[in-house]
Amino acid sequence: MAGIVLEGVGKSYDGKTLAVQGINLTVADGEFVVLVGPSGCGKSTLLRMVAGLETISEGTVSIGDRVVNKVEPADRDIAMVFQNYALYPHMSVRQNLAYGLKNRKMDRAEIARRVDEAAKILEIGEYLDRKPRALSGGQRQRVAMGRAIVRDPAAFLFDEPLSNLDAKLRVTMRGEIRLLQKRLGTTSLYVTHDQVEAMTLADRLVVLNGGRVEQIGAPMDVYKRPASAFVAAFIGSPAMNLLPAVLSGGTVQFGGGRVAVGDGLPDGRITLGIRPEDLRPAAADEDGAFEMPVAYIEELGSQRLVHGSIEGEDVVCAVPAERPVGESLHLTADPALLHVFDAQSGARLN
Amino acid sequence: MVEDRPFLNFLAHLVLVIGVLIVAFPVYIAVIASTHGPDDFLSGMIPLLPGDRGLDAYRAMLTTGLSTSGAPPLGGMMLNSLIMALGVAFGKIAISILSAFAIVYFRFPLRTLAFWMIFITLMLPVEVRIFPTYKVVADLGMLNSYPGLIVPLIASATATFLFRQVFLTIPDELVEAARIDGAGPMKFFRDILVPLSRTNMAALFVILFIYGWNQYLWPLLITTDSKYYTIVTGIKRMADVADSVPQWNYVMAAVVLAMLPPVIVVVGMQKLFVKGLVDAEK
Amino acid sequence: MKRAIFGHKGLPWLLLAPQLAITLVFFIWPAGQALWQSFLRQDAFGIKTTFIGLKNYQALFADSYYLNSMKVTAIFSVSVALVSMVVALLLALALDRTLKSSKFYTTLLVWPYAVAPVVAGIMWWFIFNPTIGILPYLLDQIGYDWNHGLHSQDAMALVVIASSWKQISYNFLFFVAGLQAIPMSLREAAAIDGAGPVKRFFTITFPLLSPTTFFLMVINVVYTMFDTFGVIDATTAGGPSQSTMILVYKVYRDGQLGANLGSSGAQSVILMAIVVTLTIVQFRFIERRVQY
Repeated sequence: MAGIVLEGVGKSYDGKTLAVQGINLTVADGEFVVLVGPSGCGKSTLLRMVAGLETISEGTVSIGDRVVNKVEPADRDIAMVFQNYALYPHMSVRQNLAYGLKNRKMDRAEIARRVDEAAKILEIGEYLDRKPRALSGGQRQRVAMGRAIVRDPAAFLFDEPLSNLDAKLRVTMRGEIRLLQKRLGTTSLYVTHDQVEAMTLADRLVVLNGGRVEQIGAPMDVYKRPASAFVAAFIGSPAMNLLPAVLSGGTVQFGGGRVAVGDGLPDGRITLGIRPEDLRPAAADEDGAFEMPVAYIEELGSQRLVHGSIEGEDVVCAVPAERPVGESLHLTADPALLHVFDAQSGARLN
Repeated sequence: MVEDRPFLNFLAHLVLVIGVLIVAFPVYIAVIASTHGPDDFLSGMIPLLPGDRGLDAYRAMLTTGLSTSGAPPLGGMMLNSLIMALGVAFGKIAISILSAFAIVYFRFPLRTLAFWMIFITLMLPVEVRIFPTYKVVADLGMLNSYPGLIVPLIASATATFLFRQVFLTIPDELVEAARIDGAGPMKFFRDILVPLSRTNMAALFVILFIYGWNQYLWPLLITTDSKYYTIVTGIKRMADVADSVPQWNYVMAAVVLAMLPPVIVVVGMQKLFVKGLVDAEK
Repeated sequence: MKRAIFGHKGLPWLLLAPQLAITLVFFIWPAGQALWQSFLRQDAFGIKTTFIGLKNYQALFADSYYLNSMKVTAIFSVSVALVSMVVALLLALALDRTLKSSKFYTTLLVWPYAVAPVVAGIMWWFIFNPTIGILPYLLDQIGYDWNHGLHSQDAMALVVIASSWKQISYNFLFFVAGLQAIPMSLREAAAIDGAGPVKRFFTITFPLLSPTTFFLMVINVVYTMFDTFGVIDATTAGGPSQSTMILVYKVYRDGQLGANLGSSGAQSVILMAIVVTLTIVQFRFIERRVQY
């Protein structure tokens, strides 16, 4: 077992512009870290550099205590689960699992023992002699996991392993991956573009944008205190309301109301962030309450999402399922739950 | 079928039956002729019904040959044809799959140049460069030899392109998974690429076997020793004589023997044959 | 383009070595020789050679035999392409109407592909043999005196028939594939729009089949120009009086008769130019059809 350390890692394809830059990250032994971000943010590139499938243009990657920049993927003591599983189509499940061990000249009894053990853990024992094409998506996914497990590597690398599954199976497999990783205690680096997946799986999240790290932290810390407007918009569903506003004397004038943001902030243009669930319905005459005309309502069952607009900005508010909603809604927000970001840089101010 | 019109259906079957008959006609005539004695060809018209000699002509051709024209037995010629066809088919597949592997899975200096050099072979069928090539083979002392028959024919742009196409459809992740599983290039080639290309190889083999078996001009030029005659060239030498000394029954028996192996291959492996034909032209 | 590649530098050359060696020794070197010789003249004893530029080509294009050979090649190629494609298309259309028995018919129609051109030539030569052949006998009944050894048209007809016979199966398979690629719904829509089978063929099927047709046209021309050597050699040997002397056969005959190397080289170079042109046409077309 070992951790992964990235120091000043960068990647350039053309020698001029950097697709990924200045990444510093320490994954502790046994930790589950998720790299999350929109497509093109560099998360897969970063994972592939750790795997040894991409050359490292800048900085160093260490696995355990060893710098692996020039080490072949096979010798990095990692295992990888691919988005399309990358199972060898002409080999049976058993041969797929055993291939990497055979190439390492492991003795046959040990290979058989490991394959059987992995098959037991993943409950794929009855498919061992089938070819991958005879398996369902979920079964293939398990085989792909099995191929990683048998290796008993220092780290698992997951590259969007659940993207090819349907929504329901994705939720089930998510749980299984989490349980399995806890049980094996293997250091894991996991790439996804799905923020729900990221939130539910991670010990720590790394939010990437445009090849740079926006924020690193435990899921709830990132959710509660997003470090930038980008992270605020990306993490959380339904997404946070981000409204342009002018701050003066610690308050913001808004939709006929007034919101106290807190002291110690300079006056000027800001982006105000309020999560839909932090907007609280208020009485029309409550101090500071602002009014939102209702456009339409989305029923989610457990709650309803009220969509409207204030001063031309779309705003979403989550209210309890049973609460009646008229043509407009008066709202207020707890200052402690407000997020204030710089209007230009998007950096958090409060 | 869009609408059900009995007359059109009947017409379709009629066209096909006539087509099948036209296609089969020359072979029917050849088979019939091979069952007659030599005297039946002296005058009048080719016989249209089986003669009384049964398989005599075949037996004679396979074992003793046509003594009057100094042709050796066909058995040996068929063996030469088989060696040539197999040599050309395996040779082409082997060198093509290796070069396609190099071109698709490696980046190296002058890669484009290598690609174009292979492409050029597509443009230079042996017929157009026949005498200079003959001279090269003669200078290398390869006249009247199996390598002389086979080697100059085994460079193939078509097969290289076919394997390139096949490799390009194999997902990148498979290579990456293999690399992580500790497979180097040659191990990946042997354990993954070759098994995954097996059907394409089989299909290509069918086409190339026919190509090799049916070669005519090249073996005609470079074999002067009857020990190395292939059956296709042997027949022609026989037929030249048969024109003056009509031994049509023997010539036609030889014709049937010459086309039997490739026809069996095509009919027996029809699915692979069609795949090979279509793949090779992509 | 592959994303995942191996980093070795020497290995790819090792893998390419057999292919490149054979290409160099048996393709590029001889082709270069032909090109070089086409600019030279050799004296009668083969001792002295002089560089004469394009004179060999000029001589060829002034040679009525060579010009005749070009004409013969053109007529021959186009005839074979037309005959074999029309017959093949007819058969493919008929097959398209018969669902259940299509595999059976296909088997009975494709095997001539496996017959060597020279063998096909010998069989047709036998059938058309002026003394005992069955077709000359039948033609004689209607008052036509067939003799491909004497009449130029008969000779041309013979080589066209023998070459087309062998090529039908190839064209047939590609037309069948082409027809199957046309969505049934298109033809059904046309039927609902009131188009009968004939009209449907000319307004829907044939236009949609045009890529296949064009592709086969090129392939067939290449086939007749180079692969029919055996047919010619087995039937007419270029005669009578050069009426079936196609370019490929002429190179061979001139070479056998010991024509000078310069002229032979020039003939080879012209043939190569023709193949290069046809290959480029074919590849441009394929590139449009298949996205690499």
